[in-house]
Amino acid sequence: MSQKVIIRLSAGFAFICWLLYLFTDLFLLFSQSNDINSGIHEAIPTLMLNLFIASLYIYYRYKVNRVESVNFTDLLWNIFVTGLLATLVSLLLRIFVAALGSTTLAQNIFLIDTFYIINLGLVSIFLVAVFAVWKRLILYQKSKFLLKIWTTFEYTLMLSLVYNILPFKLPETYSLYYVILLVLMGLFLSVNMRWVAYLNFKQKWKSILLILLILLYLGYFGNTLFGNIDPEITITNTIWGNVFLVALIAFTFLYALFSLLVILFNLPTSSVFEQKLEEVLNFQRLSQSIQPDQSEGQVYQILLDSAVSAVMADAAWIELPREDGSTEYFQHQINDKEINQIKTYIDKNNITGVFDNNTDKSLKMEKHLAKLKGQGFKSILGFDITVQDKKIGTLALLKEVADGFDKETTNIIKTFVSQAEVSVENYRLLNQAIVNERYKEELKIAQKVQSSLLPDQLDANTDFDISAFSIAADEVGGDYYDSFRINKDKVILIIGDVSGKGTSAAFHMSQMKGVFQSLAQLDLTSKDFLAKANTAISNCLEKTSFITTTVFIIDQSTKTIEFSRAGHCPTLYYDSQEKTTTYFTNQGLGLGILRSDDFHQYIEINKQSYLPNDVMVLYTDGITEAQNRKGDEYGYDRLRDTIKAHINETPKTIQKRLIEDLYSFTGTEFIDDDYTTLILKFKEEPESI
Amino acid sequence: MIDIKTIKEDDILILNVVGDVDASSSIELDTALKAAIESKEGKILVDCANLNYISSAGLGVFMSYIQDIKANNIKLVICGLSEKVYNVFEILGLHQLLTIKSTTVDAKAYLNEV
Repeated sequence: MSQKVIIRLSAGFAFICWLLYLFTDLFLLFSQSNDINSGIHEAIPTLMLNLFIASLYIYYRYKVNRVESVNFTDLLWNIFVTGLLATLVSLLLRIFVAALGSTTLAQNIFLIDTFYIINLGLVSIFLVAVFAVWKRLILYQKSKFLLKIWTTFEYTLMLSLVYNILPFKLPETYSLYYVILLVLMGLFLSVNMRWVAYLNFKQKWKSILLILLILLYLGYFGNTLFGNIDPEITITNTIWGNVFLVALIAFTFLYALFSLLVILFNLPTSSVFEQKLEEVLNFQRLSQSIQPDQSEGQVYQILLDSAVSAVMADAAWIELPREDGSTEYFQHQINDKEINQIKTYIDKNNITGVFDNNTDKSLKMEKHLAKLKGQGFKSILGFDITVQDKKIGTLALLKEVADGFDKETTNIIKTFVSQAEVSVENYRLLNQAIVNERYKEELKIAQKVQSSLLPDQLDANTDFDISAFSIAADEVGGDYYDSFRINKDKVILIIGDVSGKGTSAAFHMSQMKGVFQSLAQLDLTSKDFLAKANTAISNCLEKTSFITTTVFIIDQSTKTIEFSRAGHCPTLYYDSQEKTTTYFTNQGLGLGILRSDDFHQYIEINKQSYLPNDVMVLYTDGITEAQNRKGDEYGYDRLRDTIKAHINETPKTIQKRLIEDLYSFTGTEFIDDDYTTLILKFKEEPESI
Repeated sequence: MIDIKTIKEDDILILNVVGDVDASSSIELDTALKAAIESKEGKILVDCANLNYISSAGLGVFMSYIQDIKANNIKLVICGLSEKVYNVFEILGLHQLLTIKSTTVDAKAYLNEV
């Protein structure tokens, strides 16, 4: 069954029960006064009354619980209206009786009984309504313990309904004990007044008024029911016998009285509570304020408002110097001219303790500020706003009373400021993260472009096989290798390393590629090649950058390698005839070191004739200078030994073993430099067809 | 990590380089060398006896002052290089453009030559 249906059914049932109560009671009275056996059991009217009350109870239980938002004054207002209607009806009946005067009708017991029963019904409605609301209030922010006590109380109260219709009579004193028990439980429950704390000043006044009126109704009804009833008139329903109603009146009255007193005593402190609540809300606003698409200005505005309301400042400003030298202001009850007056005065007179940290903030500023004509301020409090260890602005608060800021409020402002700082910092970090993300994307593109600069396939010769391997420490690197077929017999090969690593190295590497591709076509000697490359490169290299490189021109017709070294790591050569490995030691100078025509003096031309199974290993210093955890370098000896150990393998395999050995030496695959290796192995010339 | 102390001994400006010269610490080396060269002292001795490692960025610093030294007629000598560090200079070819002596005594003798 939905709640709506229950509410309607219970209302209808309550009305029917009340009617039945009225009629059975009247009938019983009639038959009694006429000495007729009515055939109705004496307990029937009371049973009907109890059923009526039980239905009312269900009705209000659902009705009050349906109210979703807990607005306490609204709840009180509801029962106030119920009470008002009930009292009005009851008063009308009284007026009617009074108007009858001492006519016989006024003495008619049936009429008096009817009125009494109507009154009883009205009281019951009002009491049950009050009870339901009191329940809601008492159980506001309930604990498990409280809920247990309440449930016990409620069941005990419900049981009293049954008590009334027991088929046998218990002594009057039992009822009294029962009432006392219920009242004691009610008293215990009446101390639960948490809801009062959440009323603001205005609501408290309203509640006081409403509760006073509710108390008035309760008094009036108490008076109507207990006061002027001639016990002889009503037979079946002496109210004193109704444990339920007596206990209910006592409980509702007690709680109303308690609430009234508690609200009254809470009135003076309510402004403090409201302020604290507002501080909490402000904190929340400060911490939630900036979304990526919003501006920092919002945070400063909230900070200003929060600070002003927290210390009840008469004026305030936030000053944010911009990068272009101008200043952004957020103001509250103060204009630019006044701000400047105060600032200049403080600067001029070297007053410490306002806008500098590490000093006592509670300085007496009265005598200083008094000198500023036209301004009524007598105390000032300043705070730095620091984001990412950088001061980005100041917050200043002004008051028209001397010594207006105490330690307590100073601390609150401090926390407000730090919360705002956190918000701004988060906002900035978030924006930075977005920018960084974009840079990362850009770098990925650069990486793609750069990897396309290194050839997939090197121009080989029928005389040799070649295998290349290159890894950059960052997204992009400065290592370079390339090859170019000059003619049928000659292939030019280059390996290079731009000093430094990362983006700047990568740019120079791409220049190197351009230089190589243009010069390679000219069929120069290796020395002239380097001399021209030096001239070309020197014009665009930074002052502290250089490029080391070695060029090889492999001539198939003469079975020779012509090579020149420009400061690059010495090439390792394996002579298959002698079974020896040597590093070529020849003179050279890095490109870009000497940016004049004298460069060629430092370059040599070297020649080496080759035989099948000779192996040539080109590499960059990322390999020889790779360090293990102890700080030892991979070194030339280890490189030579590794190559020698695998000399009979294919270039690809030799290379694989070399990289494996390198990683096992360093203990990691992440080497903090770009590293490259090119391995050539000469072979038998295939039978010419 | 690098620590450079500049001291004046008679008419020689001595730069004592201690530690590693990598990409970040090369800036300190650059500052010290620049100050030494701009001080218009005719004789500069860079003592690298306690230099453990030099990266290409560090070499770049030495390289960038070769022309300034020549233009200003400054006598600059590097001494005390470990075998490993000297090897790095040699491979790049810098030993042909910079005066490198094995000991401070040799270096001072070279500086005091007329």
